[in-house]
Amino acid sequence: MGHGSGQQASHEHHIIPFATYLKVFVALLVLTVITVAAARVDFGALNAVVAFAIASVKAGLVLAIFMHLKYDDKLNRVIIGSSVFFLVILWIFCILDIFTRVSHSSTL
Amino acid sequence: MSTAKTGSGYHHAHHFDSAEHEYVSAKQGVWLFLCTEILMFGGLFVGYAIFHHIYPEIFKVGSKFTDWRLGAANTVVLLTSSFTMALGIYYSQKREQSKAVAMLAITILCGFIFMGIKYIEYSHKIHLGLLPGTWYSADPASLVKYVGDMEIPSNLPMYFSFYYMMTGIHGIHVLVGMGLIAWVMIRAMKGEFGPHYYTPVEGVGLFWHLVDLVWIYLFPLLYLVS
Repeated sequence: MGHGSGQQASHEHHIIPFATYLKVFVALLVLTVITVAAARVDFGALNAVVAFAIASVKAGLVLAIFMHLKYDDKLNRVIIGSSVFFLVILWIFCILDIFTRVSHSSTL
Repeated sequence: MSTAKTGSGYHHAHHFDSAEHEYVSAKQGVWLFLCTEILMFGGLFVGYAIFHHIYPEIFKVGSKFTDWRLGAANTVVLLTSSFTMALGIYYSQKREQSKAVAMLAITILCGFIFMGIKYIEYSHKIHLGLLPGTWYSADPASLVKYVGDMEIPSNLPMYFSFYYMMTGIHGIHVLVGMGLIAWVMIRAMKGEFGPHYYTPVEGVGLFWHLVDLVWIYLFPLLYLVS
């Protein structure tokens, strides 16, 4: 939509119902309990992955409903997605560098 | 100054086609700003991952000094504040002024509770001398009851550099957010918002939710994963 939507002066915005906000809030609280519970289980190397996966579900709910992205201009999703995209690039290149280093002891 | 009048009585600025155009543009600007915020916090998260990989022991010992109960309490406080912020926008959209003001006031109150808990956590660590970098002055004997027989790594201060930098920048965002919410609350009290104009509440709400989003990741990182 972008600039196109600017043509309609009396455009009505979608109002997300109260019940939806309440459900999302309850879901976020339940997911917080799950986060704490999951931290007590040892998943080994996957501990951080599990914690971040749950956090990402919570983040998705906040973005979609509290931040209205579900009913918003698609361009705003692209904008926020681009920052996540560049963050992933930074992340991947750092991992490729740091995590693949082999420590040497010089014999010279 | 030339302004165009819409049916609602709200005057949008002359360089926009309509009030809707102004609303969409303003919100897009906020989202662009949130991108810079994500990249700033993201850099700290990547730094944390790198140093966690190189020196896992300092993060293992360091996380013994964070109390997950206080972190979980602050998570609930921030999630509640995000809920009331969303409702502040919801009631502004429906022109239910007193409810909108009440929700924004609760949001600010949650900000104070969050900073209060943060104060308890910080003062506990500062009291022990657990400060970042060169300011670190903890007496190893006083740390035994937290870490047991774990060895205190000599570069433990680096953990606290991450801890204070990440929670500190986040805390500054909470304070700024509280100020912004107070600003829109005062405007809401004056009856400036309704279904045709609530752009500032929406923009401030987006910022406040981002602060919540950052905490959603900080909580497991600093309090749970060791």
